[in-house]
Amino acid sequence: MEMVVLRAGAWFAVLVLAVVAWALAVDWGFGVHMLICAVAAGLGLIATLRGSDIDAISRGILRSPDQGKYDDEPIRWGVIATVFWGMAGFLAGLYIALELAFPALNLGLEFINFGRLRPLHTSAVIFAFGGNALIATSYYVVQRTCRARLAFPGLARFVFWGYQLFIVLAATGYLMGITQGKEYAEPEWYVDLWLTIVWVAYLVVFVGTILKRSEPHIYVANWFYLSFILTVAMLHLVNNASIPISFFGSKSISVYAGVQSALVQWWYGHNAVGFFLTAGFLGMMYYFVPKQANRPVYSYRLSIIHFWALIFLYIWAGPHHLHYTALPDWAQTLGMVFSIMLWMPSWGGMINGLMTLNGAWDKLRTDPIMRMFVMSLAFYGMSTFEGPMMSIKTVNSLSHYTDWTIGHVHSGALGWNGMVTFGALYYLTPRLWNRERLYSLRMVGWHFWLATLGIVFYAASMWVAGVTQGLMWREYGPDGYLVNSFVETVKALHPMYVARAFGGLLYLSGASIMTYNITRTILGHKLRDEAPLNETAFDPAKDVPLKPAAAL
Amino acid sequence: MALSFLERHKMVERNITLLAILAFAVVTIGGIVEIAPLFWIDNTIEKVEGMRPYTPLEQAGRDIYIREGCYLCHSQMIRPFRDEVERYGHYSLAAESMYDHPFQWGSKRTGPDLARVGGKYSDAWHVQHLKDPRSVVPDSIMPTYQFLAERELNAGDMSAELQTLYRTGVPYTKDDIAKANDDLKAQANPDADATDLKARYPKAQARDFDGDPKKVTEMDALVAYLQMLGTLVDVNAPAAQEVLAKEKGR
Repeated sequence: MEMVVLRAGAWFAVLVLAVVAWALAVDWGFGVHMLICAVAAGLGLIATLRGSDIDAISRGILRSPDQGKYDDEPIRWGVIATVFWGMAGFLAGLYIALELAFPALNLGLEFINFGRLRPLHTSAVIFAFGGNALIATSYYVVQRTCRARLAFPGLARFVFWGYQLFIVLAATGYLMGITQGKEYAEPEWYVDLWLTIVWVAYLVVFVGTILKRSEPHIYVANWFYLSFILTVAMLHLVNNASIPISFFGSKSISVYAGVQSALVQWWYGHNAVGFFLTAGFLGMMYYFVPKQANRPVYSYRLSIIHFWALIFLYIWAGPHHLHYTALPDWAQTLGMVFSIMLWMPSWGGMINGLMTLNGAWDKLRTDPIMRMFVMSLAFYGMSTFEGPMMSIKTVNSLSHYTDWTIGHVHSGALGWNGMVTFGALYYLTPRLWNRERLYSLRMVGWHFWLATLGIVFYAASMWVAGVTQGLMWREYGPDGYLVNSFVETVKALHPMYVARAFGGLLYLSGASIMTYNITRTILGHKLRDEAPLNETAFDPAKDVPLKPAAAL
Repeated sequence: MALSFLERHKMVERNITLLAILAFAVVTIGGIVEIAPLFWIDNTIEKVEGMRPYTPLEQAGRDIYIREGCYLCHSQMIRPFRDEVERYGHYSLAAESMYDHPFQWGSKRTGPDLARVGGKYSDAWHVQHLKDPRSVVPDSIMPTYQFLAERELNAGDMSAELQTLYRTGVPYTKDDIAKANDDLKAQANPDADATDLKARYPKAQARDFDGDPKKVTEMDALVAYLQMLGTLVDVNAPAAQEVLAKEKGR
């Protein structure tokens, strides 16, 4: 009872604080955000006062099977959130791709102008889709590989819901123009503080679970998850250091300026890729690929070497985003050299993943989920080759500021991060809901081909667009003058922008099929009536010699 | 040898504290080596003749520039290549963004670089272009910003903003901070006396920017910001050239 009073009191205090902040807000965006916080606190208060058994309600909504030996409820929520935010992020991406091809789609409305929707797209895909996938899979993997239930189950649920609140505050903020003006670190000071609290709780749950493990060894996937959580905490705290102008307003002033600001930002920005989108996702890869292939990881020694090399080298690579800028030359060169070295540990991860299939390559014919994982590793290998190449200063002088960069991040994000997440979702859903298998495996095949084709359209059109524009910018005529005005280089890209949007549409279509498939699996519908994937077609009636010609 | 390496690594694999400490130590090194020196190295912290903090109106315009996400399509960093220097002007100096909290160098040129756009076009062109880009550049793919011209500037308390900037190291005077809200209006009002403002902020341009002298709009602030970009430092002056000579390898 005392516990209930204490918790209700805490919710009430948060509610009052949020309402006061709303009343005192100096800008309307901050007011809206405090109102959202007040609603969240109000819901928490009502649930506490009514003595609701949150987990029972949750199990009802999610149609969860009986509780198993592991604490899977937050993971089920995570699977659904990943699918939901993935669709939102892909849709936003398609829309802004169309805005670039057909600017009339901006509609003159400030809320959906390209400049406000782009951070919404990048954050929805990286932090909402990717972040939920990472939290959900890390909860799943750490329990299985430690043979222990999640430590601090209440805190684990707080991490999930707290993270969703972070996403909602960030996303609504972008639409209202609340931004720090730093790419991938747009949320303002109070949202950053909230994320810090959630992230510390996440670290506590993760490390707590490892501490109570029954297995003596900490499995390699957990090394990657751990370094991802720790490093992202460091990056987040350092890069977002700022002073709010008012404690009741959204705007803050970054403590860094000019050159320092640029390098801190790209140290952060590149390692958001390195740790959020690489180390964390390698943690996923190291669990789900061996499980789906039913083979042990190819090389234990390689995993040790490439883990330490990867996390050491990645941190240095940030300056390659600032080639030929006012950043001192030595820092640019250091960034370039380390980026090139980074190629090796990256391919170490790819090789370790792909070679795990040794002796199980036949599964590519019969298992569409395995196909997802293999394609994901192939794209990982491709983009971690392309990245070091683009970090060479001479190449960068052409590629920087162009769509080549956009193509590069998308072959990584759509190919590597997207595909490995889809594979993990397909793996998790039947197991978490105790279903025999997915509603349809043929649909996974459809998803695979639509996504692959979508990425091909996307990457190819952006390569052409980037190289075209880079060359047009520097084109000189025989008279010694620049040939193209800027807008002529924009006009030339129109067909490529249309092709890119088409690629995005294919990718989104694939994801829609996944949403349908996963939804029907969760709802427990009867398996789709379809030809099985694991049998070679055989018709005994046709298995006879041809009649001799003479008999005719 | 290989065995003993693996044996020793087993210690790390069995101890989460050790693993966490080592993993964290490894990821701090690169950042410390690359970032820390920038706060002491001369050519990243020295001042160049002509650089001054933004006026309140320019700062308010810059806030709108950030709010609308202009940095997602426009860079403010000219690289030292022949084509860029001919297209956009002299390549950018480190000192030119020394009061930018945060920097706005950008990473993508869906539209052209803006580091030296100040003074290249008339106010009327900027206003027309922002309201309807395709009316002046038919093949432009920029969104329209009609709403900036209609909305009165509500920049909040500029004194508080300048005070916060001062705390992060921007050398505003007490006078600048106290008069910030008046300065904001004076710079965009053709009837106001801007001599004091111009004395404290050299090269500040005070006039009605948006063609609507009756009110101070968001358009006024944004155009005031765009018109001052790259105009403060005379890059061909001997002092600036001396600084440039020290920025090696560009």
